[in-house]
Amino acid sequence: MVGTHAAADKRDERLRRQFANVNGSGSASANQLFAKSILRMGIPIASRNIFPSNIQGLPTWFEVRVSGEGHLGRRGGVDLMVAMNPQTWDRDVAEIDPGGYLFYDSTKPLPQSKFRADINVIGVPLTQMCNAAYTDSRQRQLFKNIIYVGALSALLQIEPKVIETLLTEQFKGKERLAKSNQDAFHMGRDWALANLECPIGLRLAPSDKVGDRIYVDGNSAAGLGAVYGGATVCAWYPITPSTSLAEGFERYCKRFRTEPETGRKRYAIVQAEDELASIGMVIGASWNGARAFTATSGPGISLMQEFVGLSYFAEIPSVIFDVQRAGPSTGMPTRTQQSDVLAAAYASHGDTKHLVLFPEDPRECFEMGAQAFDLADRFQQPVFVLLDLDIGMNDWLCEPFAWDDSRRMDRGKVMTAEELEAGQVFGRYLDADGDGVPYRTYPGTHPSKGAFFTRGTSRDRFAKYTEQGAAYVDNMQRLLRKFETAKAHVPRPVERPAAQPARAGVLYYGSSSAAMTEALAALEAEGVHLDALRIRAFPFHDDVLDFIARHDKVFVVEQNRDAQLRTLLMTEGGIDAARLVPILHYDGTPITARFIHAAIADKAPVLNVVPMRKAAP
Amino acid sequence: MSFLPKPKLHHPKLPTNALGFTRRDYEGAISTLCAGCGHDSISAAIIQACFDLDIEPHRVAKMSGIGCSSKTPDYFLGASHGFNSVHGRMPSVLTGANLANRELIYLGVSGDGDSASIGLGQFAHSLRRGVNMTYIVENNGVYGLTKGQFSATSDKGSKAKKGTINADEPIDLVGMALQLGATYVGRGFSGDKDQLVPLIKGAIRHGGAAFIDCISPCVAFNNHEGSTKSYDFVREHNEAVNRLDVILGRAPITTAYGPGELRDVVQHDGSVLRLRKLHSDYDPTDRVAAMNYLQERKAAGEIVTGLLYVDPEPSDLHASQNTVALPLNRLDDAALCPGAAALARVNAGLR
Ligand SMILES: Cc1ncc(C[n+]2csc(CCOP(=O)(O)OP(=O)(O)O)c2C)c(N)n1
Ligand code: SF4
Ligand SMILES: [Mg+2]
Repeated sequence: MVGTHAAADKRDERLRRQFANVNGSGSASANQLFAKSILRMGIPIASRNIFPSNIQGLPTWFEVRVSGEGHLGRRGGVDLMVAMNPQTWDRDVAEIDPGGYLFYDSTKPLPQSKFRADINVIGVPLTQMCNAAYTDSRQRQLFKNIIYVGALSALLQIEPKVIETLLTEQFKGKERLAKSNQDAFHMGRDWALANLECPIGLRLAPSDKVGDRIYVDGNSAAGLGAVYGGATVCAWYPITPSTSLAEGFERYCKRFRTEPETGRKRYAIVQAEDELASIGMVIGASWNGARAFTATSGPGISLMQEFVGLSYFAEIPSVIFDVQRAGPSTGMPTRTQQSDVLAAAYASHGDTKHLVLFPEDPRECFEMGAQAFDLADRFQQPVFVLLDLDIGMNDWLCEPFAWDDSRRMDRGKVMTAEELEAGQVFGRYLDADGDGVPYRTYPGTHPSKGAFFTRGTSRDRFAKYTEQGAAYVDNMQRLLRKFETAKAHVPRPVERPAAQPARAGVLYYGSSSAAMTEALAALEAEGVHLDALRIRAFPFHDDVLDFIARHDKVFVVEQNRDAQLRTLLMTEGGIDAARLVPILHYDGTPITARFIHAAIADKAPVLNVVPMRKAAP
Repeated sequence: MSFLPKPKLHHPKLPTNALGFTRRDYEGAISTLCAGCGHDSISAAIIQACFDLDIEPHRVAKMSGIGCSSKTPDYFLGASHGFNSVHGRMPSVLTGANLANRELIYLGVSGDGDSASIGLGQFAHSLRRGVNMTYIVENNGVYGLTKGQFSATSDKGSKAKKGTINADEPIDLVGMALQLGATYVGRGFSGDKDQLVPLIKGAIRHGGAAFIDCISPCVAFNNHEGSTKSYDFVREHNEAVNRLDVILGRAPITTAYGPGELRDVVQHDGSVLRLRKLHSDYDPTDRVAAMNYLQERKAAGEIVTGLLYVDPEPSDLHASQNTVALPLNRLDDAALCPGAAALARVNAGLR
């Protein structure tokens, strides 16, 4: 353990740091190194890549949030800017909070006008050091990143041992590389110790707040969830930010789904020719009794519409992971949003409604990733899991994945050859149990019983084609009944009551959760008390409507322009628009605690959302 | 339109196959297509082929898109599961189904609009992937179901019923299938059942992507003078390169043929494709030669039919995926779910 907590500066509690880099320069691993070293000191962090839609050349940022309270959302503002990219210098410098720090490569002197008077400037001649130490230009570029991590470790009091260990782990089996990285790290660290005032006002003290939490991205987590959920067929078409979900599935399948005796695969992954084919394959596989999914983003969702309607109407399970990005159209492909809520809930023409799940972090991506398959099988319809770029592509600190070994796949109502043989009545669209959910058979089940013709045209309870209005209505009503039944099976919302009885509430979902938690705390500190409910699924559980009924006003926090979840609440819950106050963040960056705090604080007085006096006895 | 269950009156003297099934057991609902529609003849050929091959009807999965042709799976193999999917997308649905259970027989039925117009992409990619299936396009050069618009296989210069002349180049699905790597490619004519039944049988016994383009006149919209997909036109221009017999088990040669007239191609499953050559220089195992020959004869105005190409040792999607022998849809929790202990190790690696 190093030193004691230097509590003098309150700011170290909420250190936040932004690296500015050039995409493709090889600095991603230095960023990871920096982030992980803080984690290994037991200090919770939240890190985010902010990058444009190209491979190399345009600036990218890597942002690390360090918070003594353990807040994992984006806070907003910058305390320490590591400005490595000349292109974005002015913007980077402008973003620093007053009293904050600017770290830069001081090899080339910059005019005074390029700085600000109200910030602390830390210059390290990185290029000069690299040029002196290395002859190879590639090495110069590569080690520059490690050198600045070294300098930062001195400035922020990161334990050198932690970084040494991480480098050893990273270059396991490549001792020479490990050694040269260690050297570069110490070069930066030693220079800073000798030439700068270390540590600065922001410093890190070892903590025990990380606990057994894990640090992982949501796409990998969802891919792992699909493995645990028993998915065997994955069909997908590459699109940012969902690609790493299919790749995650493949990575975990290689590890867990390879038949030991033969080396053969207990799964199939097809990179389809487009999203139409992806969802078509999912539907074909599910129809035939395998668990199948696709992963995509907004444009893919648009292409899948017709098939989603087939999945709904012909009642074939399908699982669709939608890692949302900023739309419409190609929109901002590498920016985050929650703007596919309506597109998912009502996908396809005609009257349709689908199950939609909203994971808040990678841990829930895993859980819901597995659960989606049970729901799809049980309710024989599309299930959307709505991630977004922020959860999907960034590493998040979250509770470890958990699994109960007694859990079994719920394959839903599947009639077996034995049951058919025993004379059980089989009507593919017959509501035998009164819950709207019919029985199905897998192709090839029985030589003479249980076969039926699947179609997207209307049919009667025994799967016979019909255009008779009464039979059609009967079927559409049953589909509604089925949707109603699903309410009790989808993940329930999670309520967080305010410290005092509150007249107003707030609804939120998905990746807004971390920032919301922090904003609630800040609001509470100012005397604004809000009951909060995190929605986890559509159809809405009765708890959601109860929650709204219990409050005069309810803020609905979303990352889209049109308040899509609010629209869904109004439509499905019959709620008066005036009671739902939208709080909308949709510039493509992840929502911040400061934004929510300010937006609600702004509206709270107008809406009379001050705490109620303690209720009289 | 309505569904008419067909009475199953088994005549005691109806011939049965090795499984004890009569041809009736391979039939489906009564067709609702126009009387004389070529598609109905293809359904009859499918019934005959499945009967001849002693296939258990319920081990077949019938898949189709949308169109008159795509409706036909309802009219054969009533004991099989069928799937009338969406327009032009049968190949992807079939591919997914095939991945889920490698043990069923996959029969895809489509139309020329379904496969050459809206679904050209899926047609191509399913063949590229070598999905083990029999893919039949019931090709009438028009959209029958939407009342007679030209489809993408309609020949340039062909006349529509209302008199319009088609100005666009046709898509030759056989040529594309060859180029895309289909391992069994044939062209038939719904008016020649003797030729068509063995083509379908050979395709079903083929272990890879088998494609059959079957010219199938639409009597309602494309069977008139000036159409290149009418019964008369096809009869006049049909040039078969060979006659096929599919022989299971031992294959004695009964009829005397001249030297070089017969050729046996043994498929991976032991079935023998016995070809009686009608064009002495045609080699159906030479893909490039087949493509050249077809181009030449097409330029000469012929409609070449027969078994045009076969690779007796095809690969398929499951081979390239390296999937386990047991169908994926039969893997249980133990085979699929790594469990809590493995998850603890995953967690440990993420700290
Ligand atoms: C997405 C979509 N677009 C259009 C249609 C209308 N439609 C139904 S069948 C068909 C053409 C069918 O032509 P083909 O595949 O040649 O079948 P045929 O009826 O000639 O056998 C069309 C355009 C549809 N069902 N779906
Ligand atoms: S319209 Fe043409 S294709 Fe359709 S059933 Fe009638 S003849 Fe056949
Ligand atoms: Mg047609």
